[in-house]
Amino acid sequence: MSDYTQGVVILICVNAIAVAGVSVLTGFTRLFSFGNGGFMAIGAYTSAILTKVYGAPLALSMPLGMACAGAAAWLIGKLTLRLKGDYFLITTLGFGECIRVALEYAYKLTGGPRGYSNIPHYTNAYLAVGLLIVSLIVARNFIQSKYGWHFMAIREQEVAAEAVGVDTAKYKLMSFVFSAVYAGCAGVLFAHYLRFIAPNMFNLEKSAEWTITVVIGGLGSLSGSVISSVILTLLPEVFRGLAEYRMLVYGAAVVLIIMLRPNGLMGYRELSSFFPALFRKSRSDREEEAR
Amino acid sequence: MLAQQLINGVSVGGVYSLLATGYALIYSLLGFSNWAHGEVAMLGAYIAVMSVVTVKMPFIPALVLAVTGAALISFVNERVFYRRIRSNNSPTMFLMIAAMGLSTTYKNLIVVLVGPKFKYFPSILTVESMEFFGLTVGVLDIISIIVSIIAIFFLDFLIYHTKFGLGVRACASDSTTSELLGVNVNRYILIVFLLAGALAGCAGVLLGMKYTVYPSLGNVALKAFIASVFGGLGSIRGAVLGAFTIGILETLVSAYISSGLRDLFTFGLLVAILLLRPEGLLGKSVEQKS
Repeated sequence: MSDYTQGVVILICVNAIAVAGVSVLTGFTRLFSFGNGGFMAIGAYTSAILTKVYGAPLALSMPLGMACAGAAAWLIGKLTLRLKGDYFLITTLGFGECIRVALEYAYKLTGGPRGYSNIPHYTNAYLAVGLLIVSLIVARNFIQSKYGWHFMAIREQEVAAEAVGVDTAKYKLMSFVFSAVYAGCAGVLFAHYLRFIAPNMFNLEKSAEWTITVVIGGLGSLSGSVISSVILTLLPEVFRGLAEYRMLVYGAAVVLIIMLRPNGLMGYRELSSFFPALFRKSRSDREEEAR
Repeated sequence: MLAQQLINGVSVGGVYSLLATGYALIYSLLGFSNWAHGEVAMLGAYIAVMSVVTVKMPFIPALVLAVTGAALISFVNERVFYRRIRSNNSPTMFLMIAAMGLSTTYKNLIVVLVGPKFKYFPSILTVESMEFFGLTVGVLDIISIIVSIIAIFFLDFLIYHTKFGLGVRACASDSTTSELLGVNVNRYILIVFLLAGALAGCAGVLLGMKYTVYPSLGNVALKAFIASVFGGLGSIRGAVLGAFTIGILETLVSAYISSGLRDLFTFGLLVAILLLRPEGLLGKSVEQKS
């Protein structure tokens, strides 16, 4: 594999992992976060500093990076998830910006606004693809578990879910931490691929881009989100000349999809529902047939 | 020195309040945060700067054009996009996502059409300053303060002392019942969007004169959004209060602590208020609204 192909494959995997996290959060629990870029930054910086300064192996720094991102999410979620959607959203946004400012300010540790360089190069395409597959399997099982059903109950009717005894605050927190851990994982991969990270790589626009990807792929479809993240990462590579129109097209696409086809490309369906023979029947399909 | 910083703070707070009231108005009617509001201000600033620099228009007509343009863009957002989404019976989060999409679209439309470079207003007013009881105050700061105070009083009068305002407040408190009682809710929403857009256009021009005009100028509106959360989402007087608090806090932090940490303090304040008084200073109880 040429370096270029490998780079593209790694970027696709990084985006797809983060988007899978956002898909669980936004698509299945209907929570909207602008802070996932911040969690990616936490993962990336934790792992970069651990490996470079303390010589930790990736096998240790990656779980730690993910754990730090998850812990930050747990703390924020614990504080704000009792509140209504908009308040949660604005806190995540504030958190994301705070992480960026804090990283710029703590320049002795993080290199400040000019970035952190010479991170050990650990990420290759095989590792990235492997991690993507593992994280997709985990995410799929997660949303088909009892927990996933509670997420969907919250998505469809939060008040009703609460009334039948779903501890909404707890499951919203779980979904939020899950998405943060995925963002952290993407951050670790990204840092050890690019070998250079800077605070403004993980800004508001990054978080917005992931949410846009999930909306285009379909709110409530994990495979749709992943497919759309692959397409949206590949498109600017294939059409290099149109790169400056990329975000314009994304923005317009989101507005059109929300207006005309609010369920996105895949709707609530997963890839398996198009090729039923290839997949073992999922719990949701069985439920559907039972009805 | 302190008095001078306070005047700066009030001037920044005034600009924030022009935007924060827009967020509050729209939130009180539709129950969602209009993320594209900052971009309406940004587009207003571009209309003004292009007509002054490229078309060589005098400043006042350019300002009028910018305010009208911003109001119309805000109008189109509601008439073409948000109303359609509401009529789909989609969850409110979809409105928020659409607004985020619109915000991305407008930002990048400007990047593609005008280019990402910074634009400047010719420095007629921007550099002048006056002596005031021994304080040197920028003329622009004085103008910002005056414009925002006029706008705030006008808005307050409109919402709390006219029949139109009564209608808006009726729709805000219960749009279904208002509709049943014969209030044309959609028309009120449209007018509110026009109003919010005009205020945003004003704020955009002031911001563009104070700093420069660039595609992500709309991000400044995040502070205004925080101000409206701080004051209580949906409350107009709360938004004004929040805007001035945040404006003054920001200038004081930049002056006495560190300009790099300014945003950290603003967001810290936001988290603190959400923990201590989640409904904001003047807002309704958050639990009730669910």
